[in-house]
Amino acid sequence: MEGTMQTETTIRAESGIESGPRGPSCSLRHFACEQNLLSRPDGSASFLQGDTSVLAGVYGPAEVKVSKEIFNKATLEVTLRPKIGLPGVAEKSRERLIRNTCEAVVLGALHPRTSITVVLQVVSDAGSLLACCLNAACMALVDAGVPMRALFCGVTCALDSDGTLLLDPTAKQEKEARAVLTFALDSVERKLLMSTTKGLYSDAELQQCLAAAQAASQHVFRFYRESLQRRYSKS
Amino acid sequence: MKETPLSNCERRFLLRAIEEKKRLDGRQTYDYRNIKISFGTDYGCCIVELGKTRVLGQVSCELVSPKLNRATEGILFFNLELSQMAAPAFEPGRQSDLLVKLNRLLERCLRNSKCIDTESLCVVAGEKVWQIRVDLHLLNHDGNIIDAASIAAIVALCHFRRPDVSVQGDEVTLYTLEERDPVPLSIHHMPICVSFAFFQQGTYLLVDPNEREERVMDGLLVIAMNKHREICTIQSSGGIMLLKDQVLRCSKIAGVKVAEITELIQKALENDQKVRKEGGKFGFAESIANQRITAFRMEKAPVDTSDVEEKAEEIISEAEPPSEVVSKPVLWTPGTAQIGEGIENSWGDLEDSEKEDEDEGGSDEAIILDSIKMDTGEVSNIGSQDAPIVLSDSEEEEMIILEPDKNPKKIRTQTISATQVKAPSKKPVKKRKKKRAAN
Repeated sequence: MEGTMQTETTIRAESGIESGPRGPSCSLRHFACEQNLLSRPDGSASFLQGDTSVLAGVYGPAEVKVSKEIFNKATLEVTLRPKIGLPGVAEKSRERLIRNTCEAVVLGALHPRTSITVVLQVVSDAGSLLACCLNAACMALVDAGVPMRALFCGVTCALDSDGTLLLDPTAKQEKEARAVLTFALDSVERKLLMSTTKGLYSDAELQQCLAAAQAASQHVFRFYRESLQRRYSKS
Repeated sequence: MKETPLSNCERRFLLRAIEEKKRLDGRQTYDYRNIKISFGTDYGCCIVELGKTRVLGQVSCELVSPKLNRATEGILFFNLELSQMAAPAFEPGRQSDLLVKLNRLLERCLRNSKCIDTESLCVVAGEKVWQIRVDLHLLNHDGNIIDAASIAAIVALCHFRRPDVSVQGDEVTLYTLEERDPVPLSIHHMPICVSFAFFQQGTYLLVDPNEREERVMDGLLVIAMNKHREICTIQSSGGIMLLKDQVLRCSKIAGVKVAEITELIQKALENDQKVRKEGGKFGFAESIANQRITAFRMEKAPVDTSDVEEKAEEIISEAEPPSEVVSKPVLWTPGTAQIGEGIENSWGDLEDSEKEDEDEGGSDEAIILDSIKMDTGEVSNIGSQDAPIVLSDSEEEEMIILEPDKNPKKIRTQTISATQVKAPSKKPVKKRKKKRAAN
């Protein structure tokens, strides 16, 4: 009973406007996911990491424009829409990163001459946005039933000025960090699918972050598994 | 992707049902679908669900200089986006007729009805005013976008708080959220759009048409009204002739509906405010229905990162020493410099044919390609057969020469000289070029 009470209070502090430090030990913020919440797309998911929230919708495999048709595999498109204003260069760059990650796992060869469209909408950004986008995209692809070689997840690490490693940083932590590294990992071999970094770090730190991301990915994949188990359970 | 057309029998079925006063989702003629309003953690952020239609609203503000002819008025800006997420037929970045019509209607409903006191948004007359921007994103299209969008817009505006400012002389101070409590916008009234769909040249009427009903309707009447029963805007589209009585009857129904919706909005706003004041949980995480089978949540999870350092050291010790990087820019000729490893940019999708062209494009490119393959290590050695120079032997030897304790610049000159000594007959100039490229 006491344990539950404790988590309750920590969450309370967390869900406010990013108040308080999260302690020295690395942890992921609370996760929540809802699948199949939109009626029009073939698959949809809303993914929350702390206060960061992304909504994803997937159409596909569907009809493709002749100009975009690829004769031996599916055309994968990713659009990321910011909450305020029109999409800019930052969104384009993220779209590309997410697209390349999806391309690595989606078995496009099974659906040649079709299109698979992933639309992502930022609902709120409170740090680790790209990781959240990746997770939302993965859950939406799963919901749409797109065949994939493996699942993938995104994990963001931040390195402080004194070299402390933080997982799943908040917006404030990202701002203060010396370096922010985002990795996409696959679920079968825990191998790196995509990495993007900002700031300065040594190669030892890169490996540390990668190892930490791999450790964190286990939690994310367990979360995926449990949420899907719940979804396909009979009760 | 094109919209799936409605078949003739579906169309006939829907129209027949409407004639029999039945609706596909079991509603009565004047019933609205369920409205659900949820708020985000930020001020001015909300999601409105009208049945399955879903709209995300976000209000933001900025200090700008006012329009020349209206020096003391703030600026209101509305932008509704039809995201491809909402329906496959919506193309990103295209101004469709529907989008223009909806945006215009929203502007007329909210800006022209003067529901927001724009004069209170003035900071320094003629110099600084607030620009309030309302971004609305349609997330799921199941008919009646305008009602959902107008509710989302007014809810987001009511929920929004702008940072406090103070003016002392010529100095304008902007306070952050921590320094001073943000201030809400002053809102005179809340106009809400109510849509009426007409069928069979106005014989039948339905409130809040869903997507299917919108496809078979003949005409649409939108009435924007506030709870004081003041009509803010009225628009009839589709080219149907309506009798005076019909319009009056619609305005009466609109009055009732607007009163209900306004009450709902106020309740939602009060709830959110109460939760925020008490320091409880708020945000979208709370609005996910937990009992739903499709939803799942996990509390904060600690990650054991104690072994991270050892793991990293292990990997680094096991890994081959990294290839030397040109850390300082090399000036090849005036105006052409190089930094990094000299590997080609892999961004941008090169078509297969283009890649082939490059393969054939002379020995220099072939060497570069080859060096990429060397770097990645595990990549298969296809293509190196065509390369004019046998590289693999000398590469191995160079790897032995590379010693970690020597400084990189020295090593490079050494390796170059080594290759030159070892293979003097094999085009030394190109060799050097290749080394630079690989480094």
